[in-house]
Amino acid sequence: MLSTESITSLRAKLTAGEITPVDIIDSLEASINEKDAAIGGYLAFDFDTAREEAKNADLSLPLGGIPIAIKDNINVKGQPLTCASKFLEGAFISPYDATVITKLREAGAIPLGRTNLDEFAMGSTSGNSAIKRTNNPADPSRVPGGSSGGSAAVVAADTAIAALGSDTGGSIRQPASHCGIVGLKPSYGRVSRYGLVAFASSLDQIGPMTKSVDDAALLLNAITGYDPADSTSLEDDNTDFTADIDGGVKGLKLGVPKEYFSDAIDPAIKAIFDETAAKLEAAGAELVPISLPHTEYAVATYYIIAPAEASSNLSRFDGIRYGNRAENPENLIDLYRKSRAQGFGAEVKRRIILGTYVLSSGYHDAYYTKAQKVRTLIRKDFTDAFANVDAILSPVAPTAAPKHGENADDPLTEYLADICTIAANLAGIPGISVPAGTVESDSGTKLPVGLQILGPDLGESILLKIAKTVESL
Amino acid sequence: MATEHIDVRYVADLARIELTPEEEATFPKQLDEILGYIHKLSELDVEGIEPTAHASPVFDRIREDVAKPGIGRDAFLSNAPDSANDQLRVPKVIE
Repeated sequence: MLSTESITSLRAKLTAGEITPVDIIDSLEASINEKDAAIGGYLAFDFDTAREEAKNADLSLPLGGIPIAIKDNINVKGQPLTCASKFLEGAFISPYDATVITKLREAGAIPLGRTNLDEFAMGSTSGNSAIKRTNNPADPSRVPGGSSGGSAAVVAADTAIAALGSDTGGSIRQPASHCGIVGLKPSYGRVSRYGLVAFASSLDQIGPMTKSVDDAALLLNAITGYDPADSTSLEDDNTDFTADIDGGVKGLKLGVPKEYFSDAIDPAIKAIFDETAAKLEAAGAELVPISLPHTEYAVATYYIIAPAEASSNLSRFDGIRYGNRAENPENLIDLYRKSRAQGFGAEVKRRIILGTYVLSSGYHDAYYTKAQKVRTLIRKDFTDAFANVDAILSPVAPTAAPKHGENADDPLTEYLADICTIAANLAGIPGISVPAGTVESDSGTKLPVGLQILGPDLGESILLKIAKTVESL
Repeated sequence: MATEHIDVRYVADLARIELTPEEEATFPKQLDEILGYIHKLSELDVEGIEPTAHASPVFDRIREDVAKPGIGRDAFLSNAPDSANDQLRVPKVIE
């Protein structure tokens, strides 16, 4: 079954002439038809278009002939885009390619399939999707994580070769951990967001979700680079992320931040962390206890900044130019209010209201400006730490994947579970989740658990090198 | 920090969102809990600290002032809820 294979292995077979790109599409179609009804990872797919593109694929390119599943908040020309929202479902076909899609095409890859997510990427279970439920392939009674839960689930279930996700507070790393795949959030500015539906613009990054660390490096190579259409994108530094990937961890100093091991961390998660860290030590790394003193303020800071930016970004969904428009409004304001009321789910409304509140006259300085200042302190924690260590190790989430609906009526509890991933977005640094072990659930299923590795600005190569070592342990 | 209670109906109106009766019943408690938690930041003295808007070292980048084609009228209007004569059609806004 080609659908079970990695990019690396398929590329070897393609260039050796053993298989064709159409064979891969055929294998994925069979796998999706067999499994996706039970998993619910995809919102849409178009095999005919993918097969046409596969026939014309240029195998001399780095990703030539490789299909990539795309989170349904990234524009692919001619394909539907919903953000898992009723506001856009059945009402929007992308008129252009996001820059990451242009870059994937330039590398020879083929976008195939739209993956489920929490509505507008707001959530950490994918349970906020207004369209469908995605089940964790390791245990269907549990969530795949989120918000890139569909991308994580389809890669884990071998109904995709690899996928793109987006990460605003952990939305690539946490579902990768819950589903047992590799997920990388690049440094802020590494990857253009042009064509990604904006949630919180100072935090959003697009990144790879893959079956192996090598695949993550290959995909990252393809999507990074300067883009004049994203004013925050950084100049190219022409890094080849595969170059140093087999370098090992000998001599590396790996920080272990004490603040990431509060009582909230499940002992089974802590045990997997300790075991993995010990193996890295045995492989030649030095473990260094460190402190990131403002960690306890990260969730509060994030839930001011992210909703504030979301309330502004989502004002574009007004029912005028695209998406849902309410019928028979009393006047223009009523058209906005009703179109948005019908189109948005509860979590999106909560965050827009929270964001509108913290930005409103009289409260802006007390909340938003204050949070931006705390953000400076959180970033400084990392800058100080990276003066002494090469990378930082931590769990990805306090527990393995929860059951469906566990915190459905308690948003604050769900927000607090973001504690391990959220600070990296505030600081703009890169992070990766790599499978580290499994914990047995009460029903006997084996739930995947990842290790998070955080690096300094533009330190993706170090993360990949450490992650590859973890993968081989 | 300021108050820890949101007048949900008022703020929803600012955000141009009509709430259902159920949302009006559940949101106030949920949002007040979140605000109460956010209040944690008042423990920190941030006097003299510069705010961080985003983590990129790039600011105020200005592109070349060169005209380039956009996505085009037909592509734009293809997603419009209502259009006529190559234009968006909206409800009457002036009585």
